[in-house]
Amino acid sequence: MQEKSYGSKRLVVGAHYGLRDWLAQRVTAVLMALFTIVLIAQLLLGARLGYERWSAIFSAQWMKVLTFVVIVSLLYHAWIGMRDVWMDYVKPVGVKLVLQVFTLAWLVGCAGWAVQVLWRL
Amino acid sequence: MADTTQTQERPVYRNIHILQIVSYRLPPAGIVSILHRVSGVLMFLLLPFVIWLFDVSLTSEISYERFTSTFIAGVGWLPGWFMKLVALALIWAYLHHFIAGVRHLWMDVAHSVSKEEGHLSALSTLASSAMLTIGLGYKLFF
Repeated sequence: MQEKSYGSKRLVVGAHYGLRDWLAQRVTAVLMALFTIVLIAQLLLGARLGYERWSAIFSAQWMKVLTFVVIVSLLYHAWIGMRDVWMDYVKPVGVKLVLQVFTLAWLVGCAGWAVQVLWRL
Repeated sequence: MADTTQTQERPVYRNIHILQIVSYRLPPAGIVSILHRVSGVLMFLLLPFVIWLFDVSLTSEISYERFTSTFIAGVGWLPGWFMKLVALALIWAYLHHFIAGVRHLWMDVAHSVSKEEGHLSALSTLASSAMLTIGLGYKLFF
């Protein structure tokens, strides 16, 4: 009988460990794919593209909400993907930690900038 | 109880060495897989550029001019044709990542994981992303 299941004795393998991220990566992917289709449809249906029409697309409240959802989805999706890449190719724990922190800062920074652009409109 | 501590010689499989990459023959599904990663990392690294484009294209009519001139006059010391190449790389990355992702979702939903289906869907992924990239690249440059 195992008397301790945390700390150094914690079970680090088994079912469910990656399931949540696996699912999250797929759900966020579907959201981004839907956004892509919605955006392309709006670009194809309509007059010649210029600033007026381009900014009008993102000015609509529903499009703002959808774009915001996509920004957050992208943040999460790219985090899972980049973390997987670092986990697979970088062995030293310290280097891996630095790269993961960089990835998070990079993604959160980008997401903040994108939201700022969106809400200025 | 059987003695489980006694170890026997077992084959060890390790990752291929970096120098073996060129000579290692990867099946189409493997090529799709590694390109899925490469395209993902590329888009991750170019994300600030994409958001900068998003920013200048939306903020005002004047900044919109800067957006369009990015691909004609260029940005800073980077010429317009180079910016078009960067855009083309992003277009390919997006298309490949998108189609390879749909292939993943299809395999998850349909459980179509036979060798033949995987081979065929990998080849169609590579072909369709390449064709669309060539088509959009033509529109971008000419």
